[in-house]
Amino acid sequence: MKIKAVHKYIKFVLLISSLLFIGLGLTRNEHLTVLKKAINICLECIGVG
Amino acid sequence: MKRRIVQIIATLISNSHLAGFWQGTIYRGKMKYLCVPGLNCYSCPGAVGSCPLGALQAVLGSAKYLMSFYVVGLLTFFGTLLGRFICGWLCPFGFLQELLYKIKTRKITLPAKIDRPLRLLKYVILLLLVILLPLTLTNQFGNASPYFCQWLCPAGTLEGGIPLLLSNEGLRRMIGFLFGWKMLLLLLTVGGALLIYRFFCKYLCPLGAIYSFFNRISFFAHLNIDHAKCTGCNTCTNACPMQVPVWENPNHRECIRCGACIKKCPHEALSFTWWATDAIAGKRNNAPDSKKETATTI
Repeated sequence: MKIKAVHKYIKFVLLISSLLFIGLGLTRNEHLTVLKKAINICLECIGVG
Repeated sequence: MKRRIVQIIATLISNSHLAGFWQGTIYRGKMKYLCVPGLNCYSCPGAVGSCPLGALQAVLGSAKYLMSFYVVGLLTFFGTLLGRFICGWLCPFGFLQELLYKIKTRKITLPAKIDRPLRLLKYVILLLLVILLPLTLTNQFGNASPYFCQWLCPAGTLEGGIPLLLSNEGLRRMIGFLFGWKMLLLLLTVGGALLIYRFFCKYLCPLGAIYSFFNRISFFAHLNIDHAKCTGCNTCTNACPMQVPVWENPNHRECIRCGACIKKCPHEALSFTWWATDAIAGKRNNAPDSKKETATTI
C-alpha cells in the first residue's frame, strides 16, 4: 500500500523538484554559462575545433 | 494526431532562425537560455534554443560548477512531463533518422543477444562522455571540452558543421583531423539509420538514455492495454520498430510512443492516455507463459 502511494506521487515530486532545481540553477547563474556556450559557434561540436 | 506533422513542426520551430543558413552564422539571442527537449545542436545556424546535452556538458565542464541544477532541472521537467514521447515526436535528429529509414534498402533487426547489450551503450556514453569526463578531464584552467559533442555526436556535424562550413570560408580553413573523424561517424550513423530503425536512438543517444528513466512515470502519452481485449497475439510486439515487448511492458524504457502498436492491434486493446496522473505504469505480470516465450524482449 505504501509503495503504491509512493508510485502515485513520484511524478508530482519529480515535477516540483525539477522546478526547484531550475530555480536553484538560475540563482547560481548556470543559465549564463549555457547562454555563453550556445551563442558562440562551438568548434568542437561542429568538428573543427 | 499525425505524428509526422508534429515532427515537422517541432523540427522547424527548433531551427527557425533560417537566415543563419545563408549568412553562415548562428542565432545569438536570449532564447538560447532555454534548452529544446530534443537533440538539436546549438551551433546549427537555424537553432533558436540550446541542446540539452551540450548545455549539460558546458556547465559540468565549467570551472565554476560541479553540478548543473539548471540543466538537470530542465531535463527532469521534460522527462517527467513527456518521457520518450520527446524522442518519437519532437526530436529533429530522430525525425531525420526515420526519413533515412524510409529509403528503400535492405533492413536489419539485430538478434537479441547482440541488440540487448548494445542498447546499454547509450547509458555508458551518458555516464562517461556527458558526465564523468567533463567533470574530471579538465585543462589547466579547470574547464573541459564537451566530450560527447566533440568526439561522438553526429548531429553537430550534420546540423552545424556542414551548413556552417558551406557558407563560412573562415571556418573552412580550420578543418583538420577532427572533422574527418566526425564525418566518418556521420556517414556510419547515416548508414546505420538506413539499415536499422533509429540506429542512433537505440544504441548511442545519451539524451534518449536520460528520458528512458522517466518513461514509466511521465504524465503525457502513456500507453495502456485493455486486458479484457488483449489476447496476447504478439502483433503489437512484432509491429514495434523499437522491438519493445508491448503486451508485457507497454511503457518500456525503449518505447518512443510512435503508436505503431496501437495501429496494428487487431483487438483495439491498446490506446494512449494523453494525460496520466495516476500511479506509475507497471509491467504486466499475468501473461500466459506461452506468450512470454514468444516475446522478443530487450
